Amino acid sequence: MMGSENEGFEEAHLYASREEMENLVLDDPLNNNDNDNNSNNNNNNNNNSNSSINGKSYSAYRSAMSSLSDTHHPLSSPILATSAESDPLLSPPRFRDLRNPNAPESSYIEPPAYSDVIFCPFEGDNVSDVNGVESPSRNSDFSGRFSRSPSSSSSSTSSEYLKITVSNPQKEQENSNSIVPGGNTYVTYLISTRTNISDFGGSEFGVRRRFRDVVTLSDRLTESYRGLFIPPRPDKSVVESQVMQKQEFVEQRRVALEKYLRRLAAHPMIRRSDELKVFLQVQGKLPLPTTTDVASRMLDGAVKLPKQLLGESTVLAPHEVVQPAKGGRDLLRLFKELKQSMANDWMGSRPAVVEEDKEFLEKKERVNDLELQLSNASQQAEALVKAQQDMGETLGELGLAFIKLTKFENEEAVFNSQRVRAADMKGFATAAVKASRFYRELNAQTVKHLDMLHEYLGLMLAVHNAFTDRSSALLTVQTLLSELSSLESKAEKLEAASSKIFGGDKSRVRKIDELKDTIRVTEDAKNVAIREYERVKENNRSELERLDRERKADFLTMLKGFVLNQVGYAEKISNVWAKVAEETSGYEKESS
Amino acid sequence: MISTNRTLSASSQSPRSPSSQPPYLSVSVTDPVKLGNGVQAYISYRVITKTNFPEYQGPEKIVIRRYSDFVWLRDRLFEKYKGIFIPPLPEKSAVEKFRFSAEFIEMRRQALDIFVNRIASHHALQQSEDLRTFLQADEETMERLRAHETGIFKKPSDLMQIFKDVQSKVSDVVLGKEKPVEESDPEYEKLKHYIFELENHLAEAQKHAYRLVKRHRELGQSLSDFGKAVKLLGACEGNSLGKAFSELGAKSETLSVKLQKEAHQLLMNFEEPLKDYVRAVQSIKATITERANAFRRQCELTETIKLKEINLNKLSLIRSDKVGEAEMEYNELKAESEEATRLFESIVRLMNEELVHFQERKTLDMGIAFNEFARGQARLANGIADAWRSLLPKLEACSST
Repeated sequence: MMGSENEGFEEAHLYASREEMENLVLDDPLNNNDNDNNSNNNNNNNNNSNSSINGKSYSAYRSAMSSLSDTHHPLSSPILATSAESDPLLSPPRFRDLRNPNAPESSYIEPPAYSDVIFCPFEGDNVSDVNGVESPSRNSDFSGRFSRSPSSSSSSTSSEYLKITVSNPQKEQENSNSIVPGGNTYVTYLISTRTNISDFGGSEFGVRRRFRDVVTLSDRLTESYRGLFIPPRPDKSVVESQVMQKQEFVEQRRVALEKYLRRLAAHPMIRRSDELKVFLQVQGKLPLPTTTDVASRMLDGAVKLPKQLLGESTVLAPHEVVQPAKGGRDLLRLFKELKQSMANDWMGSRPAVVEEDKEFLEKKERVNDLELQLSNASQQAEALVKAQQDMGETLGELGLAFIKLTKFENEEAVFNSQRVRAADMKGFATAAVKASRFYRELNAQTVKHLDMLHEYLGLMLAVHNAFTDRSSALLTVQTLLSELSSLESKAEKLEAASSKIFGGDKSRVRKIDELKDTIRVTEDAKNVAIREYERVKENNRSELERLDRERKADFLTMLKGFVLNQVGYAEKISNVWAKVAEETSGYEKESS
Repeated sequence: MISTNRTLSASSQSPRSPSSQPPYLSVSVTDPVKLGNGVQAYISYRVITKTNFPEYQGPEKIVIRRYSDFVWLRDRLFEKYKGIFIPPLPEKSAVEKFRFSAEFIEMRRQALDIFVNRIASHHALQQSEDLRTFLQADEETMERLRAHETGIFKKPSDLMQIFKDVQSKVSDVVLGKEKPVEESDPEYEKLKHYIFELENHLAEAQKHAYRLVKRHRELGQSLSDFGKAVKLLGACEGNSLGKAFSELGAKSETLSVKLQKEAHQLLMNFEEPLKDYVRAVQSIKATITERANAFRRQCELTETIKLKEINLNKLSLIRSDKVGEAEMEYNELKAESEEATRLFESIVRLMNEELVHFQERKTLDMGIAFNEFARGQARLANGIADAWRSLLPKLEACSST
């Protein structure tokens, strides 16, 4: 991910020089004794240990803190609240372990001091492990509240949790009767769950699943929960699996799977779904119907088609009505709906039911606009992160160059002026390296905050799918209505014609009866379709509301986090340089 | 503009005249103006001299000079004041499109100003006649001198020197002395090694300093772009969240400006001084070369004299009538040799003096540079902190609505 490849190289490079630095810097502790960042690895205890910070900046922290608590909303729990009962919408949960009851208020402001962690690549689990902070919003875990990992749920009782971890990829062999010798190998992952939700019969369990199972899960969810914003699953990415190193690919996939499952668990309706439960709990083979591939479906459909065309089994069974035509086997239905949609679009005939909900159409527009802006902002955020990264790197390199100069001058010094200069250089170089580290830390945090933009951007796909569900449900209704009306007019015509014949027309009467049967069944199907359409509409509506609500909260949190982070590190960096300015202030006076 | 401790010559100065002040010579290089067209376009500078040195015409003089005039001055000083570290000039050319950018012109002007002032404040160099010419001669005279000096055909004496150098190199090779003669002073060896190494270290530091300037610019640019994007997002979101985004975007753009400013400061007050340091070291290297040349010359002459002495004795023994001639040659050579030795020794002495000053001066310069850097960075960081901090109450207000 972002910079993780570079991180390793950087780390080595810096380590080498750190040794150099440590040789030079004897009494001036460059590293871990330093006042500002390193003593506060845990978010809990830094309030008083911060006293070593330059008083001026600390009071700046405090003033920021107090301004925050002053404008505290009466309904929201105090910022200090850590009980999981606090409404996560109102109290910002970032930077803290929600389960830790002792986090004092300054931890809210103080950017987490990951100084020990700086030189580790900031891949997700490392960081949270090292820190011991199970922060729900960090790293690979980082998904917005909307699609968030389960430390808090948005609407249901917040004391529930559903924590999913994906680990331990292993190669397994398929016992297939395939022609290909040696059998097919595939990778399974250990899916471990911890939960206190009673619906699961247990609190900790694990199963092994392969990627194909995840695809199945995703497909079944899509079918069952039309209209909801279902988080998109990770790509199949056939090409990448050939191109990348196997290990790298597997790890990438593991991370993606974990993110995906956690997002599912964060969705208030999906987390209670049978499909997810079964996926997480049932040992052995996944007991969900697999998705047949397109070819087989078409084949099945083709088999049925002649019968349909001959008039047999043309009616839609209710359970089929609730699924879109596209993914199914009923080719005739597919054709009919296609014809209907063309009639809608091209022939200007206004169907009986249309998308009337103006509010919805407006919202849809807004969502499209939002997507555009999110995409743009997300891109610029990446560029910003890169620029911050580069700044930190170059500052570090500058510092190193001066470290070398210091060493050189000290070794070769003939005059005292050289020694004085070497001392000045050392002070400067030390500060530059420190500032460089701060930039890197700042950046690591910035990535996490701004990642929220990426998250919501990713969610747009789910939104589009949900809207598509709606329009295909509508299309089904429209198609059935058209059919109904054409059947009815057929019946009318037949009746009219048959009434003209004296004594009745046995064959026609029979036809009319059959037609009337078909009409009844079609009428039933139509009612089911309408109910389904209404259901999908309602899902859309409630999800849109949830999206707006959660997005607002998530983005505000993101902004706060981002800003606080910037403030915190700017203050630290300022202190570093203020010290050097102080130390070299003698030169300032001399020159004027 | 440091006044000297030169004693005033007793000239017609009344006690109440300004020259009862301590003697001063201060120069400023100002007002760059682009002249000429197309390929031949160049920048001219106003050089304003204020002085009470008696050799100078009047208390103030203004002349127009261009870069190649400064080069002329530097070359003349280098020729005449061997052993002294002549202040360095900014680099000659730049990439064509950059040559007339405001930044480049300003950097060059600043460097030229420093150059002349260093000469004016050096106790020996300030007495140079060439300096007086540079500061006072009219433009035509200057042009003539400049063309003369930088022409392909240098002065005859230079040509002679070049021939002699080649000659001695060839004879060295012929005589089997392939390696040029060098001093064997271990301390001097150490110094040479120090100077060469120092240049490498400084060049690297300067390279990173330049990159840092670029990074500031890049960060500024990305903050600006980010700010714009966030503002658009805010417009799309609407209501309090939208407002929050807009404010953030606006702040981001503000900070972008600060960063660009700081980039400029860094360039002028840190990167340039570092570059100047590098150039100064290169100037020392040139002096080292001069010293080596002087040393070689002295050695050669010593060798030649020995031979000539032997020859002379031989001739006087056989009472040849060539003795007179040979004796004259011998005496000439002896004078030359003494001259060469004097020159070499003065170079050594001057270098030692210059070194002390150089180290002291550089400690001062670097101290100033570090101070400027630190103050600038602290100022920038404070500005950033303040800007972001001012957003916090607004964000807090948004989340409570």
